[in-house]
Amino acid sequence: MRTESTSPRRSRGRGRRSPLASAALLLVGLLATGGVYAAFTTAATAETTQRIDALADEGEKLFLANCASCHGLQAEGTDAAPTLIGVGAAAVDFQVGTGRMPMAATGPQAEAKPVQFTDEQVKALAAYVATLAPGPAIPDEKYLTGEGDVAVGAELFRTNCAMCHNVAGAGGALTEGKFAPDLHNVDPAHIYEAMVTGPQNMPVFNDLNITPEDKANIIAYLTYLDNNSSPGGLDLGGLGPVSEGLFAWIFVLGAVVAVTVWLTAKSN
Amino acid sequence: MTDTMERPSTTGATQAQEGPGRGMRFTNWAANWVDERTSMSGLVKELGRKIFPDHWSFMLGEVALYSFIVILLSGTFLTFFFQASMAPVEYEGSYAPLKGLEMSSAMASTLDISFDIRGGLLMRQIHHWAALLFVASIGLHMLRIFFTGAFRKPRELNWVVGFVLFVLAMGEGFTGYSLPDDLLSGNGLRIIDGMIKGVPVVGTWISYLLFGGEFPGEAIVGRLYTLHILLLPALVVAAIGVHMVLLIVNKHTQFAGPGRTNDNVVGVPIMPVFAAKAGGFFFIIFGVIALVASTVTINPIWNYGPYDPSPISAGTQPDWYIGFADGALRLVPPGWEFQLGPYTVSMNILIPILVLVLFLLVVALYPFFEAWITGDKREHHIADRPRNAPMRTAIGAAGVTFYAALWAAASSDLIATHFRLAVEGVTHAIQALLIFGPIIAGVVTHRVCIALQKKDREIALHGYESGRIVRLPGGEYIEVHEPLSDFERWKLVSFEEYQPLMVRPDARGRITAGQRLRASISRFFFEDRISPVTQTELEAAHSDHH
Ligand code: HEC
Ligand code: HEC
Repeated sequence: MRTESTSPRRSRGRGRRSPLASAALLLVGLLATGGVYAAFTTAATAETTQRIDALADEGEKLFLANCASCHGLQAEGTDAAPTLIGVGAAAVDFQVGTGRMPMAATGPQAEAKPVQFTDEQVKALAAYVATLAPGPAIPDEKYLTGEGDVAVGAELFRTNCAMCHNVAGAGGALTEGKFAPDLHNVDPAHIYEAMVTGPQNMPVFNDLNITPEDKANIIAYLTYLDNNSSPGGLDLGGLGPVSEGLFAWIFVLGAVVAVTVWLTAKSN
Repeated sequence: MTDTMERPSTTGATQAQEGPGRGMRFTNWAANWVDERTSMSGLVKELGRKIFPDHWSFMLGEVALYSFIVILLSGTFLTFFFQASMAPVEYEGSYAPLKGLEMSSAMASTLDISFDIRGGLLMRQIHHWAALLFVASIGLHMLRIFFTGAFRKPRELNWVVGFVLFVLAMGEGFTGYSLPDDLLSGNGLRIIDGMIKGVPVVGTWISYLLFGGEFPGEAIVGRLYTLHILLLPALVVAAIGVHMVLLIVNKHTQFAGPGRTNDNVVGVPIMPVFAAKAGGFFFIIFGVIALVASTVTINPIWNYGPYDPSPISAGTQPDWYIGFADGALRLVPPGWEFQLGPYTVSMNILIPILVLVLFLLVVALYPFFEAWITGDKREHHIADRPRNAPMRTAIGAAGVTFYAALWAAASSDLIATHFRLAVEGVTHAIQALLIFGPIIAGVVTHRVCIALQKKDREIALHGYESGRIVRLPGGEYIEVHEPLSDFERWKLVSFEEYQPLMVRPDARGRITAGQRLRASISRFFFEDRISPVTQTELEAAHSDHH
């Protein structure tokens, strides 16, 4: 079930072996681990592994070209950015897939922006980072269907996520200009990955905290919110009493005052 | 009834010969019957002769009254279906994301009202939007009264009654907001609980008494319900009654104008025109509320879910009228609480409570304060233009700024996310605004009022600048001023002027400290002032021109 368990074993060995490796050495290392790994598995898996390795190669090239300036040549981290060893494919797929990486401007937090890579390239980068050290993998499709127990998902969301993201997923403020973003229309894979990797100020929700099934339920709830508009009419951004109060003062009282002005003007 | 009278009668000729139609006869008979038993005709005549002056801002109180009626009507509907109990039930209604969850009957029945009772959601939304409008219109109405000085003798008492209504309305709002027992309102109650517990010695006892044990307990919703639908509405209705009676006794104020004096009221008699208009106006208000309620969500408890002490949502705020209290708590800098032996003294809670209570007291007692400063014991029935009472207007502006700062602080997190700021920065800015804002607003408003008065004085004396430059035979250039009509001038020149009070020895030849204080405040109030144009000045100005 878990693709995680394959990549860890493979990359743990490699990580130890290549602290100073050049790109070529790395490739050899990769092939070697690939070979060792293949010995343990069936021919079919060996084939997939090779495909993953090829993907990882391409990912490495992309990494060197786009990410190494901040994250270091071996993703070991620099003053500008943290290490990516051990963050796993999920982190990369999330960060690059939502456009957060490569980071553009320095600010309180790296923000989502138009994605700069094709799907293929994102997967390649993810595959490459996954080879560095064990880490959470890109989630299985079966958790991302948006189907599940919405009621359970909603409750989990309220207890685990609403304090930052707001009950309606409208987002909220954190300290020093950081914020938890609006969760409407976020790709299910990215929701899942956000939970397992805990980007920036978001905590990690590992599988012991919230089981994969429950993660799927949370995704189901967020999907439900996306697909069902508020039963009461306009939702005013789902921000609660503040937007309601402003609406009451500006539009409701405004309309009423306009009526009073009109009524008294008529009679004069 | 009038309707019946005017409709062409179906029986035709026979009835025409019989004189007044059947409907008319019935009306007469019924009116007579009632009058013989209640002697109401005198009252109706008296009321009907009352005059109501026309200015849009004079209708704000009516808006409050009508939204209250809407609240009563929609609230009655809600009571049929709401269950004020915290007994746990499993929700089996039709809102999927809450299905099967354990929650209080209060929450479950509110969800049923929203999703499973025909028209229930609309009624809930009407009730809630009307409540927001109710308090907002009271607020605006109070501001109108304040800035026009309509609280002066003989209306000080009615100001206090109105103030009590404002506080009751906030109480009604807060208790209502807490009834559904959803996450948002539960967190609101949690804050109230914290505030109560912050009070030294008695706090914990009061909290246990109120909640019937440890928060949240099982009692609070039922108790709030009693307050919300019985005690508070009864008090509101009683206070509205007193408010209206005093309004009729004192009559309405009016703005200065030719023929409008301190001893009369110019306007439309209540019967029949005003009554008809008022009736129509009620339906307009109802219509506006219904329109908003049917198109805009309010208090989506289905998002909040049932109350549970552990979760809390980002952007948890009370309804707008409690916002200033929430803001006061948010603005407290860290580290105000300290240990006193085994006790924690929660200054971070006590100071905001104190500030809020003081603020409300100042609002309630301002009329008496102003009367004391001016030493004015006369009755006033002419509403001031705000500029003609610069210090009062300045104080009002300062108060509004203070309130607005507290209010804004309640949404500091949303201000931060929506304007891409750091929430700490927003809080610090509002802290500064809370302290310096009122001073700046007061000084600026005072100067602006005086400048406007100066301009009025110029215009009253010399007319409007027409922009037409004329060269006189002697070569001199002058700008032609358009003279004012008497009607316009009246508005500009008729206002009260107060002078600083002098300290005078009392009967025993002593000058008390109170006297001195009063004199110095009075000097602060009225030192800078513009006198209204006098008749002699006017005449002098006129002879200058012609
Ligand atoms: C301009 C410098 C910069 C560039 C270029 C950049 N990053 Fe980052 N990256 C950062 C910083 C700073 C952080 C830490 C803050 C954060 O998590 O957003 C980060 C965080 C990450 C993380 C999350 C690490 C964690 O602990 O979860 C991932 C994954 C990541 N980067 C991947 C990439 C990839 C892949 C690229 C190339 C496509 C890239 N980054 C390019 C600066 C950069
Ligand atoms: C402590 C606060 C906090 C909590 C709790 C939290 N998050 Fe987050 N979340 C954040 C922050 C901060 C970000 C932004 C990270 C970034 O931009 O890299 C974020 C980002 C996300 C994103 C990415 C949104 C996007 O626009 O790409 C998703 C999805 C998400 N969170 C889901 C969840 C879920 C589901 C939970 C509950 C299981 C949760 N979060 C709990 C703070 C939090």
